[in-house]
Amino acid sequence: MTTVADIRDRGGPAQPLLTVDGLIKHFPIKKGLGGKKAVVRAVDGVDFEILKGETLGIVGESGCGKSTTAKLIMGLIAHDSGNLLFDGETIGSRALPMRQFRAQTQMVFQDSYSSLNPRMTVEASIAFGPQVHGIPTRQAIERARSLLARVGLEPTRFAARYPHELSGGQRQRVNIARALALEPRLVVLDEAVSALDKSVEAQVLNLLLDLKQDFNLTYLFISHDLNVVRFICDRVAVMYLGQVVEIGPADTVLASPSHPYTAALLSSMPSLDPDNRTQVAPLAGDPPNPIDPPSGCRFHPRCTLAEPVCSAKVPPLDTVVDLHRVACLARQPGSGHSAANALVAA
Amino acid sequence: MTVPVPSAPLSPASPTGPAVAIRNLSVTFGGRVRAVDGVDLVLERGQAVALIGESGSGKSVTLRAIMRLNPENKTKIEGTITVAGQDVMSMSKKELTRLRGRAVAMIFQEPLLALDPVYTVGRQITEAIRRHEGLGEGEARARALELFERVRIPSPQRRLDAYPHEMSGGMRQRAMIALALACRPKVLLADEPTTALDATVQIQILLLLRELQAELGLSTIFVTHDLGAAVEVADRIAVMYAGRIVEAGTARQVVLSPNHPYTIGLLSSRADGALVKGSRLETIPGSPPDLANRKPGCPFAPRCFLAVDKCHREVPPALEVAPGHAVACWRSDDAAAAFRERLAAPAAA
Amino acid sequence: MAGTTTPATAGIDPAMGTTQPAPEAFVASVGFWGSVGRKLVRDPVAMTAAAIILVIVVVAILAPWITPMDPYRGSMLRRLKPIGDATYILGSDELGRDMLSRLMMGGRLSLFIGVTPVILAFIIGSGIGILAGYVGGWLNVVLMRTIDVFFAFPSVLLAIALSGALGAGVLNSIVSLTCVFVPQIARVAESVTTQIRSRDYVDAAKLSGASTFTILRVQVLGNVLGPIFVYSTSLISVSMILASGLSFLGLGVKPPEPEWGLMLNTLRTAIYVNPMVAALPGLAIFIVSISFNLFSDGLRSAMEVKS
Repeated sequence: MTTVADIRDRGGPAQPLLTVDGLIKHFPIKKGLGGKKAVVRAVDGVDFEILKGETLGIVGESGCGKSTTAKLIMGLIAHDSGNLLFDGETIGSRALPMRQFRAQTQMVFQDSYSSLNPRMTVEASIAFGPQVHGIPTRQAIERARSLLARVGLEPTRFAARYPHELSGGQRQRVNIARALALEPRLVVLDEAVSALDKSVEAQVLNLLLDLKQDFNLTYLFISHDLNVVRFICDRVAVMYLGQVVEIGPADTVLASPSHPYTAALLSSMPSLDPDNRTQVAPLAGDPPNPIDPPSGCRFHPRCTLAEPVCSAKVPPLDTVVDLHRVACLARQPGSGHSAANALVAA
Repeated sequence: MTVPVPSAPLSPASPTGPAVAIRNLSVTFGGRVRAVDGVDLVLERGQAVALIGESGSGKSVTLRAIMRLNPENKTKIEGTITVAGQDVMSMSKKELTRLRGRAVAMIFQEPLLALDPVYTVGRQITEAIRRHEGLGEGEARARALELFERVRIPSPQRRLDAYPHEMSGGMRQRAMIALALACRPKVLLADEPTTALDATVQIQILLLLRELQAELGLSTIFVTHDLGAAVEVADRIAVMYAGRIVEAGTARQVVLSPNHPYTIGLLSSRADGALVKGSRLETIPGSPPDLANRKPGCPFAPRCFLAVDKCHREVPPALEVAPGHAVACWRSDDAAAAFRERLAAPAAA
Repeated sequence: MAGTTTPATAGIDPAMGTTQPAPEAFVASVGFWGSVGRKLVRDPVAMTAAAIILVIVVVAILAPWITPMDPYRGSMLRRLKPIGDATYILGSDELGRDMLSRLMMGGRLSLFIGVTPVILAFIIGSGIGILAGYVGGWLNVVLMRTIDVFFAFPSVLLAIALSGALGAGVLNSIVSLTCVFVPQIARVAESVTTQIRSRDYVDAAKLSGASTFTILRVQVLGNVLGPIFVYSTSLISVSMILASGLSFLGLGVKPPEPEWGLMLNTLRTAIYVNPMVAALPGLAIFIVSISFNLFSDGLRSAMEVKS
């Protein structure tokens, strides 16, 4: 399929489709009656770009802020500070009002059941978006049916069904069709395949790849499953406690990780080799709470490479090679970390 | 977790037989949905068996049937289940209560549902120990502390006084394991105990379960949908599909030389199998059968890449293809050959 | 088994909607309300309750034309005849009026002052609750805390106090009962709406660029009105009993108008003479309110969507 230039494209292929710059979101919480106020630092200074036509993955454990980042991008919750630019324009500015941005960006949620209105037929759910944007009902329904066919659901059999009459995999196909109904350029997939059985997950992943090609889509793919991310993503960002700790090409990051956290995530995956079972857990304890993150490098209390300097100094996201960037003092020459000094010597 | 009533210790009816033996088990819900359809499973003492399958395969129902936890009035259970030689099917309510939590303990996916929110975790464990072993408060607490150390809960003394909601997910899972072990069970049933956990925590719990099983000589049945998790903990793996065990063998046999097309499909549809960027994953087409309207023949036949006429007519019996490796498939030889071929020529499609 | 299950449909061109017309016969789904109706019809208890309610409502509506005798005309000679009397099938009251005719006629007012407050409260309470639930924030706090004030009083006491303040009469008793039920319905409406608002499909609707009003109308209303409706039907029985109670206390319907609660009051003196007849209005209230309750139970279980 040849790439036809999208008339909505402004800055050309070199301009990132989405730029996230210094994004911060803190949720205030009250601790007990009259207790002191605390904040959950859900997203705490996140920067990344999504290039046109690529799939960027975000991985991390629960509480790392990956889903909050998605909701901030979509404007479902307001951010405290930072900039969000879509194709060079600030989202919500006069040049790109929210409504216009949303017509170009859609989201698929993890819970396939909760994301469909139980009282609406499948085709009505898909047609809702186009109808809101002024497309006559008949045409909107027609579009819904052709999209159903496109995601592998025979319209004659499925269009008039209700969500509870479908299986999880079928519902997620409907959700994907709904996201496509507004002809978006960017689709945010928030753990979109995580709740599915493995064999169904494979079917949906293939579908996502096909759709991306056919509709010239750009994906932001949020997941905790490194295997899936490696399969579907071009680049991957690893998040830990509200910050990006490593970002780069998926093949590089997941084959030779630079950040000790990424390495730990990778070696935490079950081996699938009965002769080579995991002997030692790479990390001890649970992911810490984003309410009171550790000083310096947030990973230092669980890190095997930690040195005193790690609790004192916040590591910047520095380039390793080309597009591969990592926030770790041990990888940053001149940081004062002994491993970094060795880097310089070598 | 059910707390056992104080009474005579469970008599070891047959000290040498298998820990759990299930013969021809069928479970039917509401008279229509046959969730489990003729399952045979033997758990030897000290062994860990993983029951793996996708949602609706009957793996959890089978596990719950061992404790007779399925709702009595809506469920019809047929077949025989013995735990340490004792017939579970003929047990009275009182005997069942004694079985649960004492000879057999169970851990779940969601510890918050198993732990009582209004008592501290330590109190729940000491209560269980006191009722079971008739120990005094102090002794019971000492043992609870010992259990907390055993499941590697950091600063155990302090954590004993924590309420379940004050603990993190992994910690709660450890606390639930400690509670399950409080009455020194011989058999541990685990229902997706790591599914809700983050990867770095999951591997810790898997390793803990493996370690406890080896040290305490527990016999474990581990239900999961994740082949990887199964390989980490289990000696043997039984693959379930549509309420039947379609393949069972040692972890090596099942993962490295599968003989059933469904197992092969599960292995090759994993995202880590695809090496070429932009290639498509191999998938099992279609969806699982409707358990309320079972068709004749092998339940996997409509989705099988090897299915022939016979598969749609007759249910294949489980036959041994190697010592300890049983497969229910009319074309297991062809399936095994297809898998070897696939290994030789990695997915380039 | 290679490849996906996706049929090889060609990618839809950018100008979607220009694809060939959708194929013929679409398999019609029963729809949500269709399936609720189907389940309800199969529920013998709910159906019996519905039949009783229907019969009583029809009789009440047609009462002026079908009562066997004049419900207002008494006879001092034939007071308190027992049930099964040759002329008075269900006996006669303390003024010698035909009980059957009065019960039929009394159903009109009893049902009217029992059901109307619930309907009014359903409209007002749903409005307040849905608004508070969907908008949230300070509006929720203000509305719901105000509503909470009403919960400080038992509903019987509140109804009596309001009626007493407003004065006796049918209209005033309806107003006071409406005030009793609005907070209860509003609270249910608020909690249901808050639940629905957090569903992903509401977020998805926001992402499609729909206005708040459209989201409320298309996505929220259909999902919240059902549970609120079920709750409201269960209030009808309470309302009937309260309405009768007000009349009993002389705060509702005025004699000689037949109304079940008032009849119960005036027959009170006859309880030692002819207890069976004196109990009849109470029995009528009991049958109607339990029928409404059983029907609303059936409705609730029929509306449960299995996932």
